[in-house]
Amino acid sequence: MVTAEQVWEKLEEIPDPEIPVISLVDLGVIRSVDVRDGHVHVEFTPTFLGCPALEVMKRALEDKVRELGAEPDVEVVNDDSWGTDKITATGREKLRVAGFAPPAPRLVQLQSAVHRCPYCGSTDTTLENLFGPTPCRSLRYCNGCRQPFEQFKTI
Amino acid sequence: MAALRTRQQQYERELLSLADDELIIGWRDSEWTGIAPLLEEDVAFSSIAQNEIGHARALYELLSDDADALAFDRAPDDYRCAPFVELKLLDWAHAIARRWLYEVADEIRIRALKESLPLAAKIDREETYHRMHAEMWHERLRDAPQFREAVEELWPYALGMLPSGEQRDALVSRVGLAQVEAVERGMHTDGLAEIWDEMTMVRRSAPAGAQW
Repeated sequence: MVTAEQVWEKLEEIPDPEIPVISLVDLGVIRSVDVRDGHVHVEFTPTFLGCPALEVMKRALEDKVRELGAEPDVEVVNDDSWGTDKITATGREKLRVAGFAPPAPRLVQLQSAVHRCPYCGSTDTTLENLFGPTPCRSLRYCNGCRQPFEQFKTI
Repeated sequence: MAALRTRQQQYERELLSLADDELIIGWRDSEWTGIAPLLEEDVAFSSIAQNEIGHARALYELLSDDADALAFDRAPDDYRCAPFVELKLLDWAHAIARRWLYEVADEIRIRALKESLPLAAKIDREETYHRMHAEMWHERLRDAPQFREAVEELWPYALGMLPSGEQRDALVSRVGLAQVEAVERGMHTDGLAEIWDEMTMVRRSAPAGAQW
């Protein structure tokens, strides 16, 4: 019989399909894991509703639970419980190292419009486009090191 | 009991109207992919379109087990979208004017739903970026004659997106134009038939039992 801890550990192995440096667990989209009668109930909250990777993520969750020999029951919860504040500290650091500026905490972002370059740390950066290659990213440019970079949107 | 059923039906009709608006505006916005006047706007319109269609899908899932069937298997007359989102707008001033008016109206309507529908709160959170985009353009073009004319031309259509009363009044005060006779939801323009034909073409031509 698997335990919830084992499931969490296993789910750590699933990379985000579009930003593979971070796992789904670090992204904060797994809301709960509940083991009951041989079934593993996983509550999963999408980042953006229009994200084309949602189906891929759901299938990856089911596959990992099956690898543990248990029957998955993945529930997609479309409520307002996910925001970028749910990304773990480890996840934020992994994003930064890979050149994605991690999202500022929501409260901070709403009060200050400071965006830090993930490469040189300068805050002298300008917005190039609110929208980027995926719904969760904006494009910015660092005037310090003259490097364009992707900013994970705070939502 | 009958009253209860009617209330439920009315609520579902409201959700379907919202979902159909999001689907059709998403399709219309996506028409700028590859041909917007700026590369940055190609990306922005495509990304916004993707979000709007995602919102439509999540709303359809509340109403049916088969969101695709609801989105693509109905006859044009069964769609509940407002004429505003159906219009094919081929110049930038009109496209931006509609984006701005749509986001202002959509904010009023989504916020009214937030208390009773958790999904509306999630949609509202994502729309923040659509509003920032629309406001940026509004700031830039508000005094340009082509933009002002486009807003005035689209205004009766935009009003028809919201139910009359409190929500429509809120739109009037946000946009700062007078109440006029609205182009109401319930009738359709030629634009719907045209976009429906394109949007459902693949499903209609697929052999029975096709797997996607």
